[in-house]
Amino acid sequence: MTTLTLAKAVNEGLRRAMEEDSKVLVMGEDVGKLGGVFRVTDGLQKEFGEDRVIDTPLAESGIIGTAIGLALRGYRPVCEIQFDGFVFPAADQIITQLAKMPLRSLGAIKLPVVVRIPCGGGIGAVEHHSESPEAYFTHTAGLRVMACSNPADAYTMIQDAVRCDDPIIFFEPKRRYWDKAEVDLAAPGLPLDRARTVRQGSDVTLLAYGPMVKTCLSAAAAAEEEGRNVEVIDLRSLNPLDLDVLVESVTRTGRCVVVHEAPVFSGFGAELAARITEHCFYNLEAPVLRVGGFSTPYPPSRLEDHYLPDLDRVLDAVDRVFAY
Amino acid sequence: MTAEAPRGADAPPELIQLLTPEGERVEHPDYDIELTAEEVRSLYRDLVLVRRIDLEAVALQRQGELGLWASLLGQEAAQIGSGRALTDADMAFPTYREHAVAWCRDVDPVKLLGMFRGVNHGGWDPYEHNFHLYTIVIGSQTLHGVGYAMGAQRDGAESATIVYFGDGATSQGDVNESFIWASVFNAPVVFFCQNNQWAISEPLEKQTRIPLYKRASGFGFPGIRVDGNDVFACLAVTRKALADARNGLGPTLIEAFTYRMGAHTTSDDPTRYRVAGELEAWKLKDPIERVKAYLFKNQLADQEFFEKVDAEADALGKDVRRRCLELPDPGPEAMFDHVYSGPHAMVDKEREQYLAYLASFENGTETGTGR
Ligand SMILES: Cc1ncc(C[n+]2csc(CCOP(=O)(O)OP(=O)(O)O)c2C)c(N)n1
Ligand SMILES: [Mg+2]
Repeated sequence: MTTLTLAKAVNEGLRRAMEEDSKVLVMGEDVGKLGGVFRVTDGLQKEFGEDRVIDTPLAESGIIGTAIGLALRGYRPVCEIQFDGFVFPAADQIITQLAKMPLRSLGAIKLPVVVRIPCGGGIGAVEHHSESPEAYFTHTAGLRVMACSNPADAYTMIQDAVRCDDPIIFFEPKRRYWDKAEVDLAAPGLPLDRARTVRQGSDVTLLAYGPMVKTCLSAAAAAEEEGRNVEVIDLRSLNPLDLDVLVESVTRTGRCVVVHEAPVFSGFGAELAARITEHCFYNLEAPVLRVGGFSTPYPPSRLEDHYLPDLDRVLDAVDRVFAY
Repeated sequence: MTAEAPRGADAPPELIQLLTPEGERVEHPDYDIELTAEEVRSLYRDLVLVRRIDLEAVALQRQGELGLWASLLGQEAAQIGSGRALTDADMAFPTYREHAVAWCRDVDPVKLLGMFRGVNHGGWDPYEHNFHLYTIVIGSQTLHGVGYAMGAQRDGAESATIVYFGDGATSQGDVNESFIWASVFNAPVVFFCQNNQWAISEPLEKQTRIPLYKRASGFGFPGIRVDGNDVFACLAVTRKALADARNGLGPTLIEAFTYRMGAHTTSDDPTRYRVAGELEAWKLKDPIERVKAYLFKNQLADQEFFEKVDAEADALGKDVRRRCLELPDPGPEAMFDHVYSGPHAMVDKEREQYLAYLASFENGTETGTGR
């Protein structure tokens, strides 16, 4: 066992992936000497050289577009987008090309490109540095979408993502980068497309991913003191969705609250609520509720604590599903 | 896997300079400029005051009063020179570092601080100052600037637009598209690129193999490299480019060759990627020292003047600090304001629900909804 921060766990995972396969490349803005603005690629250039850890020109469309070309030649690029809000210049390459090219080739082409995106708020940043753009990508068929929530998962998930032959959007919760945990560097992780029940409970199911898993765990601990037994599920994979695990849980608990930082309206939670309702309708004691961002752009940092779901807002929703 | 030297690299680029680092005046056939003693003193004052504001902002960030600050240290001349070249009717599109241009456009420095403190996302009226909001997404504003210039052209206005961006930004698709639009529509726009040699940790070589100003010719308009630490040259070159734009001669690219003396932002640690020697070399080219030397040598200002400017800078620093600390935090309802131009059923409902939720903590009823 080794104690690692989430950032360091991704770093270690990338190191392993690069050792394992010489076709793996890391590319992005400031990923070389600087080691990325969050130091996730720290030391990799020193170890693997400038040919494999590439400081690219400042252009996100260029990063993803050339990653596609490199993948066509058999490379496995891991692209870093510096902040969530800066993935949009690359949206065209991701949505019209990366997601669809394999299908157009009837399977002849594989695009094992990983797009790493530090996501979410809570670090007091300026505009465009706190976004949760996952729904844009879950809405795009052809992409797998992952979100890690803790160091141990981050370590195995990034390696599995690199090994996977599909393009993957890989979200890393930036405000949890500095969270530490024990990681067994030799233990295999849960398969890439599986959800994990991180806390067992019998009264209500909280569905979360990325930064909100920790928030939900503390809400669950607080609810315990009020005599409520809360189950928390970390989705890990948003697309594909490990629906069986979710349905089994909500069928048992009869109540479900979905929590994410992204706006509730048209957010990924809408998909979860709809699926749960379809599959668990006769077991539900209350409608599936969602806690998330408002229908406003992410606010300036002095207001972000109001915008971000916190323990109180999660507990408030838990109260409301019990009040039905 | 980069080539040793760029193919097609020819003679070393010409750098337009009117004032040497030692404070000697240089003549230039195309860009000469007549400045009165009063004008030079005024430029000096601007340079000193904006450096002081910047210094104060860095200190405020260190003390936890700002979330972030992007320092302009070293780039004062590029910004004051180009900013002072603008007429009231001209329009400026900044990045996030153009604090000295904001100064030239009479934007209260505290408004800049407000954005970095996190009380709002912008905070000044772009129309009031003909100074657009800061743009953080690299390169986006170059297209806005060209579009704005196209509008001014259609209106037959006596107005040119200046667009600011960095060396790193030149790699963005948006910036290259803006060059094409400006060229094809002969837009009255001046592209002002502050080449401060770095895009966070990436040196210029990661963005280009030829001097940036040479890019312009491929797009069909002139490009000029100016000593970005020479306020006279920046003023002269920008003035000419703006006049050309207003006179229907189309766009110009100005590459202001300068150096980012500080960290990229207060979050950055440049010791990880650049050597101290580089900084030392650029210190000798300081934009303020050379104007001071010029004023002094030519007896255009006395000790009393310099002391007065320093005192004014100190007072300004104090005032900016005090008013920054006094900035009120916005109330949570502010989050829901101005999302749309008028009422919006869902946003209005969310505001109402959220305020009721907050109130429930006060009165203990907890009947509101946190959604
Ligand atoms: C589209 C986009 N990608 C990445 C970033 C993150 N970022 C902020 S500043 C910067 C470097 C900009 O360099 P340059 O254009 O030279 O301007 P400078 O900061 O040196 O003034 C980067 C990569 C961003 N703001 N926007
Ligand atoms: Mg730069």
